Amino acid sequence: MPVKVIIPTPLRGYAGKQESVDVQASTVGEALTSLTTRYEELKKHLYADDGRLRSFVNVYVNDEDIRYLQKDQTRLKEGDTVSIVPSIAGGASRAEK
Amino acid sequence: MATKTDLAAPAGAALSNEEILRYSRHLIMPEVGMDGQLKLKQAKVLCIGTGGLGAPLGLYLAAAGVGRLGIVDFDVVDLTNLQRQILFSTGDVGEPKIEAAAARLRGLNPDIQIDRHETRLTSENALDLFKDYDIIVDGTDNFPTRYLVNDACILLGKPNVYGSIFRFEGQVSIFGYPDGPCYRCLYPEPPPPGLVPSCAEGGVLGVLPGIVGAVQAAEAIKLILGKGDPLVGRLLLFDALAMRFRELKLRKNPECPVCGNHPTVTKLIDYAEFCGIRGEEAPAPQTSVPEITPRELKSRLDRGDDLFILDVREPHEYQICNLNGYLIPLGDLPKRVSELDSSREIIAHCRSGKRSAEATQFLQKAGFRKVLNLKGGILAWSDEVDPAVPKY
Repeated sequence: MPVKVIIPTPLRGYAGKQESVDVQASTVGEALTSLTTRYEELKKHLYADDGRLRSFVNVYVNDEDIRYLQKDQTRLKEGDTVSIVPSIAGGASRAEK
Repeated sequence: MATKTDLAAPAGAALSNEEILRYSRHLIMPEVGMDGQLKLKQAKVLCIGTGGLGAPLGLYLAAAGVGRLGIVDFDVVDLTNLQRQILFSTGDVGEPKIEAAAARLRGLNPDIQIDRHETRLTSENALDLFKDYDIIVDGTDNFPTRYLVNDACILLGKPNVYGSIFRFEGQVSIFGYPDGPCYRCLYPEPPPPGLVPSCAEGGVLGVLPGIVGAVQAAEAIKLILGKGDPLVGRLLLFDALAMRFRELKLRKNPECPVCGNHPTVTKLIDYAEFCGIRGEEAPAPQTSVPEITPRELKSRLDRGDDLFILDVREPHEYQICNLNGYLIPLGDLPKRVSELDSSREIIAHCRSGKRSAEATQFLQKAGFRKVLNLKGGILAWSDEVDPAVPKY
């Protein structure tokens, strides 16, 4: 079913500079696979070498963290929003380097 | 560590007539009132960093009458800071941030105590610095310090008002609140240095830290007043381009190594090591690519050598300044490599020499024999050859 994946600013460069991407998927795993198949470069930013989601990248279905749902197996329903939220560190003087 | 305290009037249990006038817009509001204003006067808040986030934080906390405001910074005001760090004026460039910030805050509110901690926050001094304050606000700019602030707050049981920004997006939450989650519950580990966006993708919309820092200030003030719903267990996301706030649920992780049921981190650690880097910033990758200095390049160009200048920056950077090079952004190089003639000698350059080192390495692997990286990039070219080329 159609769901929207929101791409965070730091990763937009690897996803055709888009804010969000519409994909067809029935689980979170399928949605992310569909996304990384379309944008291969995104893969190494989302997954570690062992195939697990990186520990500084969180994925939410609507406002719930998938770590507290069924992770990759979390079911999606039509109109759900999947958000990718990586850690960012900026705030003081050297953010521009 | 240099800690200086500007003593104002001793914090009494009452407001002077002048203070009553100063805070009248607070006092006439039932959510603050005299009780709340006295709580603000007795509050002790430590602000880590006086940069983009620290500026609105410091200004609003001082203006609100937080009785004791500590600021931690060790940096010097730079011209590039002024685009967003509204604590500072053009005349402050070159001055220690801590002094410029304290002078500005003192000018805004002479009735409060300002503690100047001119030091880098470390695992050795953090607990000692934090212990005298009720609330810590995190306005730092790097992962090691963020994990350090988090862990120190958990170990001391102090709330940590967290804010972070990137380009035009920000995050805010409160960590270390009783029974609430911490930064490690949100992100157990930092990204490895190679994967954080490089200088090519950096930058920040000047007004963004103003908005995010003001949200942090509001949360700190609410914590002091004990009013409203604090941003505990919620991660606020702000996107200035879309002009949208979103909120995500944030849970306490029972397995969290710092605040979980069986903590394994019981004292402060080496956060540079934890983040996979030595020192505050990731060192440039160890590359052994062949290089050319700006002066050598200049003399070879003057001699009329046939050199192909390849600029691997982004188009918007090319508009700022360029060396008349052929532009292929680093990210596009793999698919546009056929545009290059491997029989010609190629000089790759970027702003600082880091991206072009990667480009040089890539081209070498792709079979190009005659590629040199311009050492220090356009910055060094401006310093050593042509000061008319602006640095950015």
